[in-house]
This record gives sequence, structure tokens and C-alpha cells, in this order.
Amino acid sequence: MATAAVEAQRVSKVFGEGPDQVVALDAVDVQIRQNEFFTLLGPSGCGKTTLLRLIAGFDHPTGGSILLNGEEMSGLPPFKRPVNTVFQNYALFPHMTVAGNIAFGLEMLGKGKAEVAETVDRMLKLVRMEALKDRQTSQISGGQQQRVALARALAPHPQVLLLDEPLSALDLKLRKEMQIELKRLQHETGITFIFVTHDQEEALTMSDRIAVMNHGKILQIGSPREVYDHPAERFVANFIGETNLIEADVLAIADGSARLRLGSGVETEADLPDGMEGRNRVTVAVRPEHASLADTDPTLSGQLETVVYFGTDTHYHVRLDGGDLFTVRTQNTRDGGEAHAPGSPIGIRIAEKSVQVLRD
Amino acid sequence: MAIGEATSDSQAEGTGVEPAASGAGEGAGEAAHRQAVRRKWLLLAPALAILVFAASGPLLIVLVYSFLSPGPYGGVEWAFSTEGWFRVFFTRDIFDDTVGPADAHLSIFWRSVQLSVLTTLLAFLFGFPTAYFIATRERNREVWLFLITIPFWTNLLIRTFAIMEVIRNEGIINTALIALGLIEQPIQILFTDFSILLGMTYVYLPLMVLPLYASMDKIDFRLVEAAYDLYATRWQALRRVIFPLVKPGVIAGSILVFIPSLGAYVTPRVLGGGKNLMVGNLIELQFGQGRNWPLGAALSITLLVIVMVALILYVRNASRSGAEHG
Amino acid sequence: MASTTDVGTRPGPGPGVDTGTTQPRRRRPFSVKRLPGFATVAILCFVMLYAPIFTLVVYSFNDGTSIAIWEGFSWRWYEAAWANEQVKEASVRSVVIASFASLIATTVATMAALATTRSRNFKGQTAVYAMINQPLMVPEIVTGVALLIFFALIKVATGYTGLAYLVAAHTAFCIPFAYLPIRARLESMDLSLETAAADLYATPWMAFRRITLPLLWPGILAGLMLAFVISLDDVVITEFVKSAGQDTLPTYMLGQLRRVVTPEMNAISTVFFSISVALVTVFFFLSRRRR
Repeated sequence: MATAAVEAQRVSKVFGEGPDQVVALDAVDVQIRQNEFFTLLGPSGCGKTTLLRLIAGFDHPTGGSILLNGEEMSGLPPFKRPVNTVFQNYALFPHMTVAGNIAFGLEMLGKGKAEVAETVDRMLKLVRMEALKDRQTSQISGGQQQRVALARALAPHPQVLLLDEPLSALDLKLRKEMQIELKRLQHETGITFIFVTHDQEEALTMSDRIAVMNHGKILQIGSPREVYDHPAERFVANFIGETNLIEADVLAIADGSARLRLGSGVETEADLPDGMEGRNRVTVAVRPEHASLADTDPTLSGQLETVVYFGTDTHYHVRLDGGDLFTVRTQNTRDGGEAHAPGSPIGIRIAEKSVQVLRD
Repeated sequence: MAIGEATSDSQAEGTGVEPAASGAGEGAGEAAHRQAVRRKWLLLAPALAILVFAASGPLLIVLVYSFLSPGPYGGVEWAFSTEGWFRVFFTRDIFDDTVGPADAHLSIFWRSVQLSVLTTLLAFLFGFPTAYFIATRERNREVWLFLITIPFWTNLLIRTFAIMEVIRNEGIINTALIALGLIEQPIQILFTDFSILLGMTYVYLPLMVLPLYASMDKIDFRLVEAAYDLYATRWQALRRVIFPLVKPGVIAGSILVFIPSLGAYVTPRVLGGGKNLMVGNLIELQFGQGRNWPLGAALSITLLVIVMVALILYVRNASRSGAEHG
Repeated sequence: MASTTDVGTRPGPGPGVDTGTTQPRRRRPFSVKRLPGFATVAILCFVMLYAPIFTLVVYSFNDGTSIAIWEGFSWRWYEAAWANEQVKEASVRSVVIASFASLIATTVATMAALATTRSRNFKGQTAVYAMINQPLMVPEIVTGVALLIFFALIKVATGYTGLAYLVAAHTAFCIPFAYLPIRARLESMDLSLETAAADLYATPWMAFRRITLPLLWPGILAGLMLAFVISLDDVVITEFVKSAGQDTLPTYMLGQLRRVVTPEMNAISTVFFSISVALVTVFFFLSRRRR
């Protein structure tokens, strides 16, 4: 296996001292592969931006070390690291033109005039900004500033590109456009992208792999599908998409899979994460779209409380017999489907292999 | 160009302008922090040195001098004495040595405080509507602001001189009144308490308007709209909504007018004509004709203490009203 | 009550209700920002601020010696001022002191601003701010007295009585005026710009030269301008610090005010005033460009 593009080994970061001390990163281990689109996903304050700043060299880790292509980076100032950052607010130099901004890094590296000019033109083309080359950065739109920031960070051809919530300032439509654009740029340049976001949808659509973070720890790393379909922890299940959480008894365990009995008495098969063997009672997660309303042979039963229409689908909120609330999502069709009146008793059927046991 | 810059880079690294962090892991952060602190103090050093030499340090010497004996031709004798401080508050009768309160000094202090308070009040009465007027201009606000800023930065002596010329007996006001037949003798305005009050209000008015404007500029007029919507009259909207919102500006403006008024020297000297004294002139007198440096030093410290008390009250008040709004 | 007047009327108490008039009339449209009488007072203020200065300027061109009776236009008082050796000397001295003081003050204030802004709270921060702002808080007369005493000691000890004392005193009280606009400019500057420069391989020195300094220039120039004007205007501290024969223009004028005043003073004041206005105007436009 090739050397990891970026490797964090038990990296910790503590801000402040004494009672005010905040642990931003708690012994984080992660390996980011060459040429992958890697996303750090988590709520604000989870430590994702801190990790990014440590990789860039803006902050120093309190403990542990960071390796770039196998080389120890600790102690190296940012201007000696072959990584570049796209800042959340872009941080474009207001006293320089678009071209001046893109050229800056190359000039600092001492590149010759011809090479700088050639690279700047290539970058402008890459982000489709050729026409605005000589504009002041204050005279272009937010989306255009975003592209300039990207071009500026890509111009020195870094080994790793760090992106700190770069799309958060854009409106929804532009954001969707830039998501595709970013994927294209990553593909064309072959540079490892480390992308920080709190937007789970953004993470799912763009990433090769996602690291879900909370309270300074990485809770799970995996492909978007793995993280969505097999959330290892309650936090991950809740943070990414909607989830129903229900209690279940463990009947038997065999190679990473468990036989469970749900509250209704129905038995089902479920994936079991490591370290959960020997537990009698567990919490399981079921995605709303992996369940359906069923009159016959239900997995769970309860009373329909509310029906919410969303256009593409409809959400049914069902109060289970045990007292928990359970959401079922069904795709809408033109004929309107079956009408269910709130208050009526109703059955829920969970699809095969759709139950995930959570570590808690 | 890029090559030239590259060479200066390597030089800069050696001089340690920024933490060129060394060591690994925990050490790097520590070292960088220490270096940043050292750099901070190095950058501050020249400014602090000048300030210690020509602003803060000499104040301590004033304190020392207030406890020495006066020299016969000004200056001091290096002998400890509390006479300077004693004379601030008391007099000794030249014939029988009985001790009484120093009416002359105390009344000058009292006059100074009165005049300063009145100046502050007048400046507020005129300054508040003016600041409001500027802050509510839709267009040309910058121009009005500029018109207030100009007197703020122009010579105080010239502005005092301008006022003096207007109000003196041969000045344009008296000349015009006489020419109109309204009066026969010129009205004595110059060299009265009123002229000092007028002059100080005139020269310090911009100091009131500018902070008032700064806080009025931040008023969210939707709040005033809400007040009117809830049946407030104009006066009620002003008193219950606008005024509380600009209170920090009122306090800042008042302190900015009060402090220089209390220590005023030029305005009372020019407009008071040498007989209507304020503290500033009393202090100067001790270093000139009075030839009593220790007394002058003690008076200076007294003035400084009054100003500091006013400032401390202001800072407390400001942080409290800041807490209310923040 | 006139309930038929116009659309602005609404039920209930409040400013919409008109009183007394039965005659339908056009009412001034309601403005949230208007307060009655405020504009009048404001205009009166502006008139009061400028009328004396205007009078002073006008009579500087008077052909007679009166400051109230107009006797025709003349440049005679400007000529008199120009021919006055004392005025010339004092003016040159003022400019020399102001130039040195403002340059030194701006340099050290820039360094101080770089050290104190955009960083975490540090030990001694309050003391440093108190020191820098001290010239704004301590009454001038007290500083003047303090410097008189202190410099008298040094003069006796060293025998030196040159302009350096005045330059030092002026530099000290110019520092806060130079410091404030520079600091304001630094604070409004995006910290991530320098971080971005470092990320793009700029060494700290290059980041300072290519990013911080160019963005800071308007603030530095504004500070320099203010410091110059403040030094040029000073009367009190100069009056106490100056040795014999070291009059600046303001202290010369203060001395003259004790005597019979001719419109020559008006002429000097007008020129002085114009220079201040010019400098302040430049400052004003520099700080406008901030955004």
C-alpha cells in the first residue's frame, strides 16, 4: 500500500490552560489516501477545522504528530508545507487583482515570470475565470471569489488541498454547482482534497471517504454508503440523515451479526459493530425509507400520529406500542397511494437487513 | 523580482521576525508562543520608552516635587516639606500664623468644576440635536460630519482668538449693536465668567458631537418605528428609546468635554483676561510669578486626581452600560 | 378632532392624530427620524461654529486696523506677517518640530499597533494601553508642568537646551493620535489574509511586506497626518517646555494676544487654519477609503 497522503498519529490539541482548557482534538488517528476526496464531517466545535489548521501548520498540535507523505511535519511553519488552503471566507488579498492573487504563491516560491504567467493562465482556465483576470477581487461575485480562491490554492500544485467549509457562504444553487465543480477539479488535478463541512448532504455527495467527528474525536471513517447504511454510533446515525432508534434484546451472536428481538416480539437479523458482544440489550437504528406501512405481518405496530407531505415523499409519524416515535418515509406516486387517517392503528414492516446495532 | 524577494526571505528567517518554530510536537507551540511574546515587547519598546521619558515618568517627579521646599527664585530646595500640600487647602496668616482654609485656591477649584460642568451641559444641549441631525441625514452625511471634524482638528488657540475678536468691546457684536442704536456703551462680555463658558463650549463642542454621532449612527430606526407604532409621542420616543440607546455616547462625550474643560489653560487665559482664573492658570502662576513650585506640583497632582476619579467613574459606568446592552 | 384630514390619520392615541385644525391641509409626511426643533438647533450650532472663524478670515483682509469695521480689501496684514521675522522663525520651528515628532510618533505607534492588535490578551496589556493613551487622559497643564520640572533637571545636568526637548514632548503626546487610526485599520483587517499568505509560501517578512503593509498604508498616513496637526496646534505643553527664544507659532500668538492685537494676527491665523483644514481634508479622504 502506498504511503498515506496525510497521516495523523494520536494528534491532540488543547486550547487554554487550567479550568478554561478546551480539548479540541483528542488523540485523533487518521490516514488519508493519495488522490482521495476526504471529508471531515461534524457539527461546529467538533474539532474538524482544528485538525485542518494543524495539517496546514497554522496551529501546533499539543501532542502526537502529523505526517505528509510519510514526512514528519511538526514544527514546520505553513510556508514550508506543500499544502494549500481554501479559506472559509476565501481570504483573497483585496489590494491585488484576480491574477495577482493566483500568482502570489508562485511568486513566493521564487518561480520565474514566464512560469508564473503560464500557470496563472492555466489556473484561470481551469476555474473558467479567464475573462476576469484583471478585475479587483472586490468587483467579482461570491461564486467567482470562490473560484479565484480555488485557483490560488491550486496554482502552486500542492500535494494536498485543504478546504475549510468553502461553500458555506454560497446560496443553494451555486453551492450545488460548486460541488460538481470541486469534484471535477479534484479529478482533473489528481490532488488529495481534504474537505471540512458540517453539511452531511455535501459530504455524502462529494466524498470518497468521510470521517465523522464529534467532541474532538473521529467516530467513524468510511465511504458515504458505509457511513450512511452502517452508522457505528448513535451520534453518527443521528447526524447523518434521519434515523429511528429503538431498543432490542440480543438473542444470539454469530460472526458480526446478531439475532435480535424487537419490542413487538418480532425477531430480526442485524449487523453488530465490534465491541458489542456480550450485551443483552442494544439500541438499533432503522432509516425511515427502509421501513414501510404494512397492514399484514408487521415488524412493529402502533398508532399513526401525523402525516407530513413533502412532495417527493411522505413522512408518517407512528407512536409505537412501546411509546417511542417511529418515522416511515414512502415515495409518493401520482395516484396518491393509500390514505391513512391519523389516529388509526397501523403496522410497520422493516426491510430485510435494514437494522443496524449502534455502539453507545 | 521574485528572485530578489527570495533572497530577502532567507534573511528574514534569520532575524526571527516571526516564530520560525523549532522542535517538534509540544515544544513547537511553546517556543512559538514565547517568541511571539518577546517580539511583541520588542515592538512596543520604542513607544513605551518615549512615553516613559516624556509623559509618565515626569509625573512621578511632580509627585516628588510636591513634597519639597520652594527655592527663592523658583525651583526647589531638596528638603522634605508638606508645606506645598498644606497650602493647597489652608492658609497661614502672615501676622499671627493662624490657620484658615485656603479660600482662594478652593474657590478656584470650585469655579473650575462649576464652569466645567456648565460647559459639559451646554455642549450636550447643543451637541445632542446636532449629532442627531447629522446621524439622520439621508444624503451628505459625510459633509456635515466633515464640518464638525474641521474645528475638532484646528488650532484651539485660533478658535479661542476668533471668539475673542467677536465678543470684545471693539468686536463685531458690540459694534453692530451700537450701530443699530440698541446700546450706547459696548457690553462687557470679554473677561467675564460668561466669556470663558462661551469660549469653552465653543472649542469643546466637537468633542461632544463626535462620540454622540458615533452611537447615534448605530441606532436601528426600526426600534423607533416600533415605539411610534406602540403610540409613543416624539418626546416619549426620544426619552424612552433613542436616549437610552445613545447613553454610552452621552457619557463618552461628557467625559471628553469635562476633562479638558477642568484642565483648561488657554481659553481662560485669553478670554478671562488674567483675573478670572481656573485651576490651570493657578498652577501656571506658581511656576511663574508665584515662584512656588512645590505648591504648583501639589495643585497639579490634585487636578490629576480629580480627573482620574472622573475617568474611573466613567469607565465603570461605560462597562456597566456595555454589559446592559451586550 | 379632524378625522377627515388625510390618510395618515389612524385611530387611537399617537402622532397620527391631528389636533385643533378643521381645515384640511397637507401635512408633512411622517418621518420616523424627525424630531422637531433639532434641525434648527443643529444649524444654529454650525453657524456658531463657523461665524467667528469666518469673521476672523474676513477681517484678515481688512484695510484698516479694526476687526469690526470694514475699510476695504487689502493684503497688507499678510505682507506684515510675511515681513515679521519672529513669525517666520516661529513657523519654521513649528514645522520642524511637527515633522520630527509626527514621523517618530507614527513609526513607534505603528510598531506598537502591530504588537497590540489582533493578539490574545497578554500580561501587562492594561498597563500598556494606559501608557499609550495617557497623553489623552492627563490634563495638558499637568503634563506641561511635569515636563518643565523634568527637563529643567536635565538642562541643568547636561547644559543642553536645544529643540530636542520639544521634539520629545511632542512625540509623546502625538503617539496616541498616530496609534488610534493605525490600530483601527489593523483591527478591521482580515487576519486570515496573513494566514493565507503564509499558506502560499510567504515568509513572515514577505507576508508583512506584500500583504500587511500595503493594506495598512492608509492608516499609517492618516496617523501621520493627525500627529502632524496635533503637534502643530499644541500650545500648553510647548509653553512650559520651551527654552527662551524657542517660540512656536502658537506660543508666539499666545504671547501676542496679551498686547494690542492687529489684524496681522488674523492673517497668521487664517494661513494656519487653512493648512490645518487642508491636512484634515486629506486625512478625511484617507479614512473614507478605508472600505
